[in-house]
Amino acid sequence: MITYIQILISSPEFLAQLIINGLLVGAIFALIAYGLALIWGVMDIINFAQGEMVIFGGYLTYTLFYQFGIHPILTIPIVAIALYIFGLLIYKSVINRLLGEKDIFITILATFGLAILMQQLMQAIFGPDVVTANPELGMLFLFDGQLIISNVQLVSFFIAVFVGVAMFILMKYSRMGQAIRATAQNPRASRILGINIEKVYANTFAINAALCGIGGSLVVMVWTIHPFIGLVYTFRSFMIVILAGLGNFLGIIFAGMGISSLENVTGFIIGAEFQAAVIFCLLVIILVTRSIRARKRREYIQ
Amino acid sequence: MMKENKQNTLIWLGLAISAIVPLLLPNHITVLTYIWVMIILALTWDMLGGQTGYTSFGNILFFGVGMYVCAVVQRDMFSSGLERFERVSEIVVNLSVSEYFISLAIGTISGAIVAVILAIILGSGILGMRGHYFAICTLGLGHAAAEITSGIEYLGAGSGMVAPLYPSEFLMGKEVFYYYSFLLVAVATFFLFKKIYKSQFGLALNAIRDNENKAESMGIHTTQYKIAGWSISAFFLAIAGAGVGNVIGFIDPVEIAFSGPTFGVWMIVMAILGGKGTIWGPVLGAIILYSAKETFWTYLLGWDKVALGLLILIVVVYFPKGILGYFKDKKQLSDSVLSPKGEG
Amino acid sequence: MFKKILSAAVTMLALSGLMLSPMAMADTIKLGAAVSLSGKYSTAGNHTQKGYDLGLKYVNSLGGVVVDGKSYNLEVIYYDDESTPARGASLAERLILRDKVNFILGPYSSGLTKAIAPVTEEHGVPMVEANGASRSLFNQGYKYMFAVLSTSEQYLQEAVNQIAIKAGKPASEITVALAIENDPFSQDIRAGVLDDVKRHGMKVVIDDKLPRDLSDMTSTLVKVKALKPDLLVVSGHSKGAALSVRQMNDLGASVNMLAMTHCESAKLHDTEKFGTLPNHALCAAQWSPSVSSTGAVFGSAKNYSKIFEDTYGYVPPYQAAESTAAVIVMADAITRANSVDKDAVRDALAATDLSTFYGQIKFSEAGNNIAKPMILRQLIDGKYYVVAPANVAEAELVYPRP
Repeated sequence: MITYIQILISSPEFLAQLIINGLLVGAIFALIAYGLALIWGVMDIINFAQGEMVIFGGYLTYTLFYQFGIHPILTIPIVAIALYIFGLLIYKSVINRLLGEKDIFITILATFGLAILMQQLMQAIFGPDVVTANPELGMLFLFDGQLIISNVQLVSFFIAVFVGVAMFILMKYSRMGQAIRATAQNPRASRILGINIEKVYANTFAINAALCGIGGSLVVMVWTIHPFIGLVYTFRSFMIVILAGLGNFLGIIFAGMGISSLENVTGFIIGAEFQAAVIFCLLVIILVTRSIRARKRREYIQ
Repeated sequence: MMKENKQNTLIWLGLAISAIVPLLLPNHITVLTYIWVMIILALTWDMLGGQTGYTSFGNILFFGVGMYVCAVVQRDMFSSGLERFERVSEIVVNLSVSEYFISLAIGTISGAIVAVILAIILGSGILGMRGHYFAICTLGLGHAAAEITSGIEYLGAGSGMVAPLYPSEFLMGKEVFYYYSFLLVAVATFFLFKKIYKSQFGLALNAIRDNENKAESMGIHTTQYKIAGWSISAFFLAIAGAGVGNVIGFIDPVEIAFSGPTFGVWMIVMAILGGKGTIWGPVLGAIILYSAKETFWTYLLGWDKVALGLLILIVVVYFPKGILGYFKDKKQLSDSVLSPKGEG
Repeated sequence: MFKKILSAAVTMLALSGLMLSPMAMADTIKLGAAVSLSGKYSTAGNHTQKGYDLGLKYVNSLGGVVVDGKSYNLEVIYYDDESTPARGASLAERLILRDKVNFILGPYSSGLTKAIAPVTEEHGVPMVEANGASRSLFNQGYKYMFAVLSTSEQYLQEAVNQIAIKAGKPASEITVALAIENDPFSQDIRAGVLDDVKRHGMKVVIDDKLPRDLSDMTSTLVKVKALKPDLLVVSGHSKGAALSVRQMNDLGASVNMLAMTHCESAKLHDTEKFGTLPNHALCAAQWSPSVSSTGAVFGSAKNYSKIFEDTYGYVPPYQAAESTAAVIVMADAITRANSVDKDAVRDALAATDLSTFYGQIKFSEAGNNIAKPMILRQLIDGKYYVVAPANVAEAELVYPRP
């Protein structure tokens, strides 16, 4: 362990590599987490199938790339639209009935059932194999080749940022965005003011699905996917949202990128087998600290 | 719901059938044993989940802890000269009859104690949080435990451990022994929990579920009650884990001990499906869902998981209060409409 | 109401028990197999099943098994173990107790074999397995389990030998890095590699245990960049192979010798998907269509490969080949025992000394095959060339990795 810390200190380019790498791919996680935060904040729905929707998007990109020869980056708008429609379908059939449930168990259970269904269907349709979609964009060599940035990751980063900014603008300035935010603040008042809540909810969920789809396209380009790896992404989005707090857009970005970078550095120092556990323990510590601080003020974390 | 007498007769009838079932269906003993295991898992989950209103996704932690502690005790208690094995995961222990059962008993109890201590420590930290936050915090518990265990060589690391071989000289076969053991534990858990829920303690838990703020303001130290509830669950979960580790014979940190997909998730689903917050709900949910799972698997090979996912979705949409809740509602409705004594 | 539900549940259980009592066919010998037809091992499980099926087909076509002068066909009852060890164990029980199979064919993966072995051992049912390579399966004193494949610790030992030969410097200066998934099988491979590394006196500079739900190897690969080991050993099933190849390229981490497992399962030879990224990687294999072994049922390895390809449409990976070999071994043992008595067949299995297209089969006391070596193949432009051990090599090992 000490050796590794020494390496990081004596050759900072490796530390830079780890951190930059984390920042770049963390943006993808942040995007997915943003979608989760959206439906959580607006509809109070916890989507256990978030990861599966991501993987679904990834499979679509993979299929479009290898079956139809469309470049992965160009598949992104297609996947976004496809997942948007998928989201609407899921909303109409399942999520619809879960609204207003004071019991989060029910939403968790329903989306969990959905996750299982999706996993099995994806396995049946796409096969259980590990797949990846390599757009072969080459690499960027900085500092005399000491820092290497894969262009795939760079491009993914910019796409994630672009989509994030687009979402931000959408939320702030478009009618639908404003309707969504109004509904999140006070559903009743929004209804009275003539906003079609049903449409707002459907749209919010569909937007989340689209975000997952885009995330999935990026995921399959940067890493590998298979039908059962969805939980990793679900869990990571939960962590990011909890760390950042609902409604904290910038917080989500920083949390997403921060966790990934931290993971890389931790993995480097103490070995890959403990990196996930360390991140989780960190999360618990932060939450407990927050809860203690809140209790001092006689509040609780809500 | 039913008169006390009727319920009791039913319970005795059920127990009588359960006692002789191994003789009637000898090829299904292991499946039946698992039903008892699931009943224990569902009941313990429900104490915090249904009665107190705190969804925990991490109860599997205690299950795995019990499994590992018992396995380690069984391995180390009577055996010396284990150094001849190069790696922990390859150690297999042969015990005499008395050694086996003594180490099993001590192992199980040790596991339960460790689990309770763990519940108290962890609970003090995270049971202060409410609702969603607590739930998601517990989501990672099992996972983190699996990861950490995978890194510890003494516990077999990623390669797992092998449970000691059941002494073949003993007059009762392995399957039969564990069937009755789990039956006893499940029944004990059921009656104990029934008593608890009727007591002051149980009422306090329900108060926390109904409105934690009010409960707090009425002087109930909610966190202490929550920790106590979780500890009780942990105790029985560990016992279940210790037994299951021996039944399966092979302990793997990710696939078996702390496995969400195999055990962790189902305990929640069963309790909710049956009707959480009741004493019979989890029992019913466990029996029905596990039987359904096995039946689907036998007849719908390949599509059984899909059928299961669909089943969960259907029940959630049409029976959101679980099966017992559904019938309770119907009865309340008919009571109130038909009888003058019912609530109007 | 409640009573109804309870009795319905019990009835359902009872009925399912009755309905599942199978009727035995008069002139077949029943084998049982739990294979992973769904879940994370389903690809390999599928290869296994096809291997078994092809073996059955050809053994039966050659007259099946002869016991007491009468000819019997072999038949297999399959169940899907969903890649879950707990499932596998209950399935083995079901096959033995309910379906009353005579013998068991092994599952895919060491984890599942580890779960099933205690069951077959307890009931005294001989099992011939072809896909559980973990060394730890063989020091439990199991008498009824026989494995046709080379054990796990042998998988990449040859790579260590090769780096010693090719590195051009004394062994004590050779550095080795390991990135191995934290599951029983892969960890066995690690143990084997570490044994050999110690034997040669080499240095281990990285020893990472990759978590099982791994999706990113960045931290490990940056370590590789920093420490520049001579040999990098990666074992993480197909996910590990695919991920390491992609990410090594993305991070610009390169080593002189890269040795991996599961290249075929990850389809690294698919140049459309991986291009030239995996070139010159060394892949561990139990068997290759180009080895020189021959046997009575299929002839040469090449011949088997052709038959398999004609039947199923793709070149057989070693998982399929070894599964077929298991069937051949089973048939041979039953014939030699001239009975279906479990203990007689068990003893016949222990005495096996057979040439097959898969390789020589001879079992040690512990039940593993000690007569067949593990081979190393180098992947170049979508084709595999056997490069080690020297006596079966068809091409020269290209070193260092360009």
